[in-house]
Amino acid sequence: MTLTEARPVKAEPPVHKPSTRKRLVPYWLLVPGILWLLVFFALPLVYQASTSLQTGSLEAGFKVTWHFRTYLDAFGEYWPQFVRSLLYAGTATILCLLLGYPLAYLIAFKAGRWRNLVLVLVIAPFFTSFLIRTLAWKTILADGGPVVDVLNTLHILDLTDFLGWTEGSRLLATPLAVVCGLTYNFLPFMILPLYTSLERIDGKLHEAAGDLYASPATTFRKVTFPLSMPGVVSGTLLTFIPAAGDYVNAELLGSTDTKMVGSVIQSQFLRVLDYPTAAALSFILMAIVLVMVTVYMRKSGTEDLV
Amino acid sequence: MEQFQHGRFSVPGPGDPVANAVRRSISSGRGALTRRSLLRAAGGGALAVGGVGALSACGIPAAGGKGGEAAVADDFSAKEKQVVFSNWTEYMDVDEKTKRYPSLDGFTRRTGVSVKYTADINDNNEFFGKIQQQLHNGQDIGRDLICVTDWLAARLIRLGWVQKLDPAHLPHAFANLSAQFRDPVWDPGRAHSYPWTGISTVIAYNEKATGGRKVDSVTQLLDDPALKGKVGFLSEMRDSVGMTLLDLGKDPAKFTDDDYDAAIARLQKAVDRKQIRRFTGNDYTADLESGNLAACVAWAGDVVQLAADNPAIKFAVPKAGYIFSSDNLLVPARARHKTNAEKLIDYYYEPGPAAQLAAYINYVCPVDGVREELAKIDEELAKSPLILPDRAMAELSHPFRPLSEAEEKSYEEKFAKLIGA
Repeated sequence: MTLTEARPVKAEPPVHKPSTRKRLVPYWLLVPGILWLLVFFALPLVYQASTSLQTGSLEAGFKVTWHFRTYLDAFGEYWPQFVRSLLYAGTATILCLLLGYPLAYLIAFKAGRWRNLVLVLVIAPFFTSFLIRTLAWKTILADGGPVVDVLNTLHILDLTDFLGWTEGSRLLATPLAVVCGLTYNFLPFMILPLYTSLERIDGKLHEAAGDLYASPATTFRKVTFPLSMPGVVSGTLLTFIPAAGDYVNAELLGSTDTKMVGSVIQSQFLRVLDYPTAAALSFILMAIVLVMVTVYMRKSGTEDLV
Repeated sequence: MEQFQHGRFSVPGPGDPVANAVRRSISSGRGALTRRSLLRAAGGGALAVGGVGALSACGIPAAGGKGGEAAVADDFSAKEKQVVFSNWTEYMDVDEKTKRYPSLDGFTRRTGVSVKYTADINDNNEFFGKIQQQLHNGQDIGRDLICVTDWLAARLIRLGWVQKLDPAHLPHAFANLSAQFRDPVWDPGRAHSYPWTGISTVIAYNEKATGGRKVDSVTQLLDDPALKGKVGFLSEMRDSVGMTLLDLGKDPAKFTDDDYDAAIARLQKAVDRKQIRRFTGNDYTADLESGNLAACVAWAGDVVQLAADNPAIKFAVPKAGYIFSSDNLLVPARARHKTNAEKLIDYYYEPGPAAQLAAYINYVCPVDGVREELAKIDEELAKSPLILPDRAMAELSHPFRPLSEAEEKSYEEKFAKLIGA
């Protein structure tokens, strides 16, 4: 999904028509991007689509047989993992929004001269690899570690166990750990677009709202939040889409009953060597996400991304 | 896998949805991509690229030759004094100070052949995914020597993707290879492969986490309520299922489909009861060390290293037996330096270099006559049955039988379901 900075541009003066050469300039500027997408996005997509319709084996070779049943079988077999992926990714996205919004708000309006420092801190985790960061969570959440001890003392783990989010008195290898990992890993993708759209809000609007006797809560509800909607939309998309396809968190922080669809695709591709099923699963995931995103963007009623 | 055919794909022309969307977004007067145009372009694009012809153009041809020999490549060994060797991580002796590989340096000094050594193999499945496309297309994978576990070696040989070795270049290897490794079903007479190490799959436990209890059987791993939620199995199908088969009294060298299903059902019950916490790759070592896992199925070489750092880590060899496998050196089809690779294999079958390697990596040494050399380096290691198996240990070892392609697929699928994916 490509998100492009969309700023309203002043309409061109209608007096004279631009010359042909000038009109072609935008197309020429598009060429590198289009080529790039063609080679690294469109071609692999066609290839995967083809793979998903093949049958065969490694020894006998694979041939396109238009075997659409693979899609049905794959979905029938692995729908629980699809549901789980969307559930985990959705929960993580909501958590990211709840955690990220106040922080983005603080950076945009209250951080003053600390703003750049806080922004760097938000991005800082990216300086270490995704894998290392996730492995660090294993140390933090280890059985008998400080986090688990505190939660046990407060009987919070009993509650989450009752809800089915954790297992006994441990955090690792449970759904909660996977969702926490997803939330942590994708939080910056939520904060940055939120910050960008909040930062662009003119402070005078707040003053005006105050002059019109709006309480701070009303100002937020009627002015700030609606104006930050583009950030909310792109933040949730940037979080939800990669989270739905992620398998590292489920693999490292989860157990057998927390595997997401990414793990299934990986396992079908590398372990079972069933390339058609793996490709079909990828397409089903892509279709589900595309439909959900379309509906979401329609409903959210925002025209601009960021 | 893809066979790209020129002319099948064309740049979108006028009237094409992608081009239209692009044009609209530029000329809309706002000069920006909005969500509508973006979605339209994405949707239209998907249709445009989904052209029927393009789809059926792709396909994967059959593998080189069923059990046949790989195409013999020209050997550049004499002209280019080098060999490219891909191995698993932590599978070579390292001088901690200089960060060099002493035994490889010894080889270069002796033969004048320089070794480009990379530890880029982490996982058999992953590595196969990485190299299979090129091997399929009959291309050189840029490696002269690779090291993979026996079942993958069997698959590569079956697909005809490895070269036959020349015994004339392997005098030491031929003479010193331990009897136990001599004649695997999947490579009779070791025509294509030589073992780098033997791997014993045993049970490891952390005494601190088990409260001082000994864990010495798969039954205990699967049933002992004191271990609930703290048991690990390996994500290598043959190790986890093989150990369970042994525990059920079946021989992993000649089990049936029903036996396999029984073992899977036994494991599934333990998963459902939340007895088993996770199926892990190499990362079980960290979990065992920290006590997240109290006991698990483990590779003996790792256990020797873990126990050296942490005295609470112990191992046990189940009375029912244990799975024994090997990692094997192969020369891939089209490799440029086959003779040099063979020289390198042979070098590691001399007692000196073999002992040097075994003392560092602590896996089972497949070379006869290393005991004295190993004792010179470390007396204790020379006595360890995990490195030089004694008779009792050797008698308990069982290989997992080779699988046909159809069996492999169906077994891996069942196992994948067991581990949740």
